[in-house]
Amino acid sequence: MKRLNWKITTAVIVIVVLTFALARLENPTEFEATDSSSGLAIQSWKTDNGTRVVFVPAPELPMVDVRVVFDAGSARDGNLPGLAKITAGMLDEGAGDRDADELARRFDDIGASYSASVKRDMAAFSLRTLVDKPLREQALSTFASILGEPTFPNDSFNRVRRNTLVSLQNKKQSPGDLAKDLFYKNLFGKHPYATPVSGEEESVKAMQRGDLQTFYQQYMVANNAVVAIVGQLDRQQAKELAEQVTAKLNPGEPAPSLPEVEALSEANRVDHAHPSAQTHILVGQPGMRRGDRDYFSLYVGNHILGGSGFGSRIVETIREDRGLAYSSYSYFVPQRVNGAFIMGLQTSNEQAQQALALLQEVLVKFIDQGPTKDELAHAKKNITGGFPLRIDSNKDIVEYLAMIEFYGLPHDYLDTFNENVEAVSAADIRDAFQRRIDPEKLLTVTVGKQAE
Amino acid sequence: MRRLLMLFMLGAFVAPALAQVHEYNLDNGMKLLVREDHRAPVVVSQIWYKVGASYEHNGITGVSHLLEHMMFKGTEKHGPGEFSRIIAENGGRENAFTSKDFTAYFQQLEKSRLAVSFELEADRMRNLTLPKEEFDKERQVVIEERKLRTEDNPRALTYEQYNAAAFMTSPYRHPTIGWMNDLENLAVADLRQWYRHWYAPNNATLVVVGDVEPDRVHALAKQHFGQIPTVEPPAIKPRVEPTQNGERRITVRVPAELPYLMLGYHVPVLNKVEAEWEAYALEVMAGVLSGSRSARLPSKLVRGQQIAAGADAGYDLYARQGQLFQLSGTPARDHDIESLEQALLAEIETLKNELVSEGELDRIKAQVVASDVYEKDSMFYQAMQMGILETVGLGWQTMEQYREKINAVTPEQIRKVARKYLRADNRTVAVLEPLPLNSSLSAATPPPTRSH
Repeated sequence: MKRLNWKITTAVIVIVVLTFALARLENPTEFEATDSSSGLAIQSWKTDNGTRVVFVPAPELPMVDVRVVFDAGSARDGNLPGLAKITAGMLDEGAGDRDADELARRFDDIGASYSASVKRDMAAFSLRTLVDKPLREQALSTFASILGEPTFPNDSFNRVRRNTLVSLQNKKQSPGDLAKDLFYKNLFGKHPYATPVSGEEESVKAMQRGDLQTFYQQYMVANNAVVAIVGQLDRQQAKELAEQVTAKLNPGEPAPSLPEVEALSEANRVDHAHPSAQTHILVGQPGMRRGDRDYFSLYVGNHILGGSGFGSRIVETIREDRGLAYSSYSYFVPQRVNGAFIMGLQTSNEQAQQALALLQEVLVKFIDQGPTKDELAHAKKNITGGFPLRIDSNKDIVEYLAMIEFYGLPHDYLDTFNENVEAVSAADIRDAFQRRIDPEKLLTVTVGKQAE
Repeated sequence: MRRLLMLFMLGAFVAPALAQVHEYNLDNGMKLLVREDHRAPVVVSQIWYKVGASYEHNGITGVSHLLEHMMFKGTEKHGPGEFSRIIAENGGRENAFTSKDFTAYFQQLEKSRLAVSFELEADRMRNLTLPKEEFDKERQVVIEERKLRTEDNPRALTYEQYNAAAFMTSPYRHPTIGWMNDLENLAVADLRQWYRHWYAPNNATLVVVGDVEPDRVHALAKQHFGQIPTVEPPAIKPRVEPTQNGERRITVRVPAELPYLMLGYHVPVLNKVEAEWEAYALEVMAGVLSGSRSARLPSKLVRGQQIAAGADAGYDLYARQGQLFQLSGTPARDHDIESLEQALLAEIETLKNELVSEGELDRIKAQVVASDVYEKDSMFYQAMQMGILETVGLGWQTMEQYREKINAVTPEQIRKVARKYLRADNRTVAVLEPLPLNSSLSAATPPPTRSH
């Protein structure tokens, strides 16, 4: 409750640089962590029905975070964009013999918080509860029921579908959302990453309750899941917790591999008219995957190009030198297969051409020459020196654990991160960018009031 | 019966020992608050100034926020952008935010780098150079920010106008980012004066949370801030909002996809209330209506009657002066704004006529107990709570009383504040009426008038 009111307050707070925060908000999985002294000794095992579990004890606070992640993101939507998201959102509308109101009260009565979120690769279900045994029991049994025996009530489904259509309409009045959807659509073409996570009007209207049940039965299964646990528990308690949370899941099968993402064959430009004061510009290409052999070169390189806010080339050129935009950035979205590489900004309509030309210029020069020695040294100091900040809360740690296990990254990923960053040379960055990003074949999307 | 047992257990088991807050006062009037959190080798440092949009007057709105941007543009010792560069070099994150009641600057660092932040903050407290050419660019950046956040966001535009209609004389009528025309006409001299007036040790609170030793932080603060001279800040007029004697209704017609409704009632806040319990009763009332899935608006309006696609209530207990108790919502498909308004008003009538059930109250109290623990997972949030409370004049101790005060709220008290404040004559209603997206916005924006 305090939290919520706080959220409302922050709606009217104005922050000085959103660039970094924005890139991070859009890709919570983009966080990186590092350091050989991470001290996160990750424990792992499998539950009886085959779910992979990762656990880190956090004895300081009397609380527990659980994050259950399925390979059931929008990449699994098939020909019904939005199916993964609506399915995930329906789990707490009815489960076992309880309806939505009862489920909500089961959590709220004891101050537990439950949330579901869907991205392109994953559907993630999070629970936070006090560790106190009777409270924990109530939270976990409710959570297990939601994950394992959802009933998909028909009237709830109709309501959720109608409200989803409203939220899709809401996106149409946001030039930023329009630009992003157009960008993904044109970047990924026929690949499952092309469609918006929240779906499309047509597919949401066409969806049937049976589609949700089929999706659930195929993807929300023990062999397609990862459970991450952080909290005031010992290994035995964590084991019991993992068993309890997954007990009602069908064993099922892991999801099949996703198709590879094809590189763009030519430059492409899409302009969409919108009655806004600013033009939103997105430029990019397919980028990289989790565990990519070029991961560290591209990650450190992008930090210098536009991933670190002030001091990065894009922000310095667009914002600091010329005052053209409040927010300008670049980022990679490392996914199961190559995700997006995106550069973006938004500027007054009459400045759009100038800003776009500058953005292209910055990229071409960076690919051409790579970073300077000073830039690289500075970026490394920033990334490695800031390591402890990335895992300074249970919330951060549980997200990392789920990400590492979900993508099959090594368990010493955090411990070796700084070494890997330190090992990157300017030549590595230049080489990786030259191989991976072709400035002759960029996709450019603009949404705004076309200059007359 | 079971619920009572639950709560008894909550009380019995979950009384986490509050990490002590250490308070120090420097001779020049600066306050320092330190809280130890040894979970990770990191530290959050925030400096809070008692200045923000509610200190401004017509003609210079947005000056606090623009000055916040300029705080990154260099001092006699450090050139523009160097502040950010040094923090980044030290592996830190930094940013700032401005609101109606405060302006705050923060750094998050590995614990051994705290001195870096103190040195830089002490320097920019008095030695900003405010170069004109940097100012000109930054003003453009903020104009772009305003276009991004407000001009191109129909709901934000509606909120801004609703707020200006609800408050006639209170400084809360001004948007934090400033009116566009004021931004276009702000001069660097306005910022210089604002800076001289408000940026002084006796108008600041330094808050540090993390893996630190309080007395050593105190010594470090004395070393860096102790010599900065006191400046008497100007007295600002109270500008208390006159009593409202009749409903105000406004319509905002802009290109958009969805209608939107806001209702607000003038209410007191903890700072300016004769009977303290009233503010806490309003806080609980907001929790009865929204903030969790089992609250009334989501359970009755979204799920039950299915009139709203989304509905919220909010109240800012810790504002510096009289605030609005607000409700807002988006109608579901096949429902219009009128029926949504009727449904929201019916909920308000219920609050006036029927006592809130003990079950609902218990649920809210349980959530408060739990969030007390959860909030300790975020050092940043802990620091923020202390910073806000000090800056609005309530004192950080207020947060330690929160749980007890919320627990003391009775159903009768909630009904009393509902009857006293949620009256039609005390209400402002704003409706966003969408125009087709292909209509032009240009008619709505007056040409800029610049003074030189």
